[in-house]
Amino acid sequence: MRIIPFLITATITVGLTVLLSRPLGDKIPMPVGNFLSPQSGFWQNAEDTSATFNGDLSFPELKGKVQVYFDARLVPHVFAENDEDLYFVQGYLHAKFRLFQMDLQTKAAEGRVSEIAGPKAINYDREQRRLGMKYAAENSLEVMEKDSKARAIYTAYTAGVNAYIHSLKVKDLPLEYKILNFAPEEWTNLRTALLLKMMAKMLASGTEKDLALTRLHTVFTTDQLNALYPQVPDSLKPIVPPGTAFEKPALNLKVPAGADTAYFKEPHKITAFEEYTPDADNGSNNWVVAGSKTASKAPILCNDPHLELSLPSIWYEMQLSTPQSKVYGATLPGSPYVIIGFNDSIAWGVTNAQRDVKDYYSIRFRDNTRSSYWFNNGWKPAQQRIEAIKVKGQSTVYDTVSYTVFGPVMYDASFRDTLTNNNGLAVKWMAHHTGDDGSAFYFLNRAKNYDDYLNAIKSFECPGQNFAFASKSGTIALWQQGKFPARWENQGQYVMPGTDSSYDWQGYIPQTENPHAVNPERGYLFSANQRPADAAYPYFIPGAYITPRARAIDWYLSQSNNITTQTMMDLQNNYYNITARDMVPMLIRYTDPEKLTPEAQKYFEIVKGWDLFAGPASLGQTIYQCWMDSLSTGIWQDEIDKTGYKAELPAEETLMELLKKDSTVMGFVDNINAPEQQTIHDVVTDALNKTAVVMAQAEKEGRLQWAKFKGVTIYHLLKDALLPFARTGLNVGGWGNIINAVKKSHGPSWRMIVQLSSPTEAYGVYPGGQSGNPGSRFYDNAVDTWASGQYYPLWLMNAGERGDARVKWTLNFSKG
Amino acid sequence: MKFFLSILLIALLSYIGGIYFPWWIIAVVGFIIILLLPQRPSAAFLSGFIAVFLLWAVLAARINTANGGILAGRIGLLLGIGKSPVTLALITGVIGGLVTGLAALSAAYLRPAAKIYLTS
Repeated sequence: MRIIPFLITATITVGLTVLLSRPLGDKIPMPVGNFLSPQSGFWQNAEDTSATFNGDLSFPELKGKVQVYFDARLVPHVFAENDEDLYFVQGYLHAKFRLFQMDLQTKAAEGRVSEIAGPKAINYDREQRRLGMKYAAENSLEVMEKDSKARAIYTAYTAGVNAYIHSLKVKDLPLEYKILNFAPEEWTNLRTALLLKMMAKMLASGTEKDLALTRLHTVFTTDQLNALYPQVPDSLKPIVPPGTAFEKPALNLKVPAGADTAYFKEPHKITAFEEYTPDADNGSNNWVVAGSKTASKAPILCNDPHLELSLPSIWYEMQLSTPQSKVYGATLPGSPYVIIGFNDSIAWGVTNAQRDVKDYYSIRFRDNTRSSYWFNNGWKPAQQRIEAIKVKGQSTVYDTVSYTVFGPVMYDASFRDTLTNNNGLAVKWMAHHTGDDGSAFYFLNRAKNYDDYLNAIKSFECPGQNFAFASKSGTIALWQQGKFPARWENQGQYVMPGTDSSYDWQGYIPQTENPHAVNPERGYLFSANQRPADAAYPYFIPGAYITPRARAIDWYLSQSNNITTQTMMDLQNNYYNITARDMVPMLIRYTDPEKLTPEAQKYFEIVKGWDLFAGPASLGQTIYQCWMDSLSTGIWQDEIDKTGYKAELPAEETLMELLKKDSTVMGFVDNINAPEQQTIHDVVTDALNKTAVVMAQAEKEGRLQWAKFKGVTIYHLLKDALLPFARTGLNVGGWGNIINAVKKSHGPSWRMIVQLSSPTEAYGVYPGGQSGNPGSRFYDNAVDTWASGQYYPLWLMNAGERGDARVKWTLNFSKG
Repeated sequence: MKFFLSILLIALLSYIGGIYFPWWIIAVVGFIIILLLPQRPSAAFLSGFIAVFLLWAVLAARINTANGGILAGRIGLLLGIGKSPVTLALITGVIGGLVTGLAALSAAYLRPAAKIYLTS
């Protein structure tokens, strides 16, 4: 025995093995030995391109047999004998193909990202917890589990997810777990509730600007702010056809005594800000046309929800059937039901209502323990919730959040509010107290007619949605549905006093008074995140409305007849820039050509000859958009900077509307920091000269074409950390204010067109693939189809069609 | 003969062990086989290295072929070695081979081959 060499080599061997068994830091977070092992590491996730998906599985939780027929795109058509088995299998399939995404999204909802990502996510986690995301989910869960039928469904879904998780061996773990070196956690009904709260945050949290407006209010008057961020834009085409009469409101709202000064004249001084705000362009299009306007005489329903585009996609396509019902559409991994889809009788689609359902109240604490606060002339104890945030590679961080009658105190001396000692801002949010919003989809999936649809959606509370509807019997309808506070004029635009109940919400708009329309004479209805009704609607309904897409849709639908599914596909992929139609003539009029640089003159000519379409190869769109951004900055930034706050500038269409009426834009055209007076000519010309510098650079780099300039990219959920898993350089035009609303990595996350003829004719596509596994051929197989504006036919399979050539693989489930 | 036998045994047992145990079973296998079939240090290292280099590289290459290179290309980019599945399969083999070779080398020093010849 040679002891020295043995000790040396043994030490090296053990050292190397240990080194390869643990993460090597941020760049290489995976244990390399395990990751590279072909028997347990990433190679195991490299799916055979000729892999089949046949199989026989048995689970004790099942009551009967379930068959799953996969088609060539790996879309499962599930046939169960009862609801519980149906949702068990839905949970199983969601987990089988999308486990990591479900796990990550619900951990993020709960404020637990630091467990995976380490200290850099602590602020995100604190913000989620202080917004009361888990508190909101717990409140929903209580309602979800009160109803025995609902509880049985959510429990079956959870059991299905867990059945898959328990079947996993280390080598089968989804790739992302192997890269980040952690393991999936058991599913619970609470996690389903958390996922729905994540949707609420995405769609009904960023729709208010209260903190920004409160800051701006120190510089601008209420009238000015209402002009810069208008509630009823001139170019509005609402959901409810103009001219519709509204009933007298059921509620009589009282403006608090003294609000004239205490609320409108003496703005609160705050320093708080929200760091992780949802994308302002989260929105959607949907529209329905009646048989009177279609070639087939059957109604057609179209929907495309605009969300962050990611791989894997937020959507998973499925058919869910029992002997009683059969439905097809886009499902949300982490939740049972089909969210957007159709059955043999009806079709439905959703867009976001954009309504403001979140307010802030200023709280005065007794002392820095923040355990009691002044309310209705006395000290009221605040409940305190201690949040323990586990952090990877570091000790647990604790955060105490005080809860008031309004809701959790999101901002206080310990979190982003350094100005106001012993004060805090409590957040009151509709999502904190909702019922079982998912149940609306259970009933929608089974609806046979308009009454069923209305019954299904009327208990839906948050996030408020525009539910478009069409039936085989020929009815078309669109309801803006949600639970919305009834507000007095300008209530909740700014932080409100929270020392008594006088500024609290006084009630809710009765469900029957929600904006809606059924079978209008013109034969079509549409929603695209615009304000749902014109100024005649008898309530103050603030929101983050987006006007131009609805205008463009209305413009096309009003002049279309003999509409076919092909017409609708063209419309969903339409690039017409309707804001530019009004704006470009004004830009041309206000430009002084003699003051343009030679470069700018060249780009000026391109804009003059532009056809107003924002296609992928458009040069005019690139120049126009940059010119507008530069112009917006030139007009607004000097005044907004005075607030010392990075507020969102007024919208492009607002500038267009104001400029139409007044070439000084209420005096904002003048630069307050420059000694001499500026005119609109100066600002417009200057903006183009500045833009020309950027354009010349882009042209030199060969990216003046719009798609290249935008750099359309669909990232993996983990963004830059897994950049090789993204799809980059997609050749797609469009913008947030264009019907085909593709931005850089945001846009139509699912396109669906359903013609309610016999048989139903349906088409759909989403930018991704059915498998979440980056090692699968189904990971991104639909991206190019989506990018080129093409669709797949959607097959609502009948039980008798199991022998159809479209069935590629069969997975059988049974009790056992 | 012993050299080839140990390569064969290490590869075979590493493969079987890999089904039931974590990846580091390759080190244990390399160590035990050389304890049982003692060899000179250089031969021990080489038999361990070659056995698992071949095992891992061949397994990886087979998986990669069936996968059409989809995943290995992406992982290659992620690890900064470029979109080259072949390189990644070779690196996989080298890592596995190195660990096993070193384990085998340790065993060779623990029970030198020459001594065994003398005593048996």
